[in-house]
Amino acid sequence: MNIEIVAFGIAKDILKGKSIQLEVASAATVEQVKKQLVNDYPDFQTLASLQLAVNAEYVVDDYVLNENDEVVLIPPVSGG
Amino acid sequence: MRSIYITSDKLDSQACTEAVTYDGAGGIVVFVGTVRNATKGKAVLHLDFEAYEKMALKEMQKIADRAMERWGLYSMVIHHRTGLVPIGEEAVVIACSSAHRKEAFQACEFAIDTLKETVPIWKKEVFEDGEVWVSAHP
Repeated sequence: MNIEIVAFGIAKDILKGKSIQLEVASAATVEQVKKQLVNDYPDFQTLASLQLAVNAEYVVDDYVLNENDEVVLIPPVSGG
Repeated sequence: MRSIYITSDKLDSQACTEAVTYDGAGGIVVFVGTVRNATKGKAVLHLDFEAYEKMALKEMQKIADRAMERWGLYSMVIHHRTGLVPIGEEAVVIACSSAHRKEAFQACEFAIDTLKETVPIWKKEVFEDGEVWVSAHP
């Protein structure tokens, strides 16, 4: 299946864009997608942390993605 | 009363203080995060904040809900600014009121500490010769 991943902060710089389309296995987990991203964009490995938010909530690594999920890359936050 | 807000306009800590003022309150605590002119001895020109706004508002709401319940507050306001914020201006304001000061102090500290850990907002420090996403690397 094809999922769109939106990026913020330094993740946007690493992807060199606001979002990417990623072809992943059907019923792919968050963990698998993160591995695929780190593989395609090794700079993600240099970050202090990397999380995916799904439908505007933090999810666990074994969360199974659906094609219609809103998937957002969350690099280390630094508000305040 | 809860007020959760993200804006690219100037924040108003005085208005936030007034918003949590209540006759039953014996203490109001306000934290104002302002833009510092230097980091590690290096001059900062300004900060540039970016938010995943939909989720940031949800996470800020969760913080206010938890703080209100845990410390029995009367009110809590969490306002965060985005976009370019010049030196000296307010980037975040957290205000809360409770019957006694101790609860308000603790709730306010909890709110800013948790915001820095969970709310999807990113800060870029802009220098004369470059820019850095804060806390991105270990």
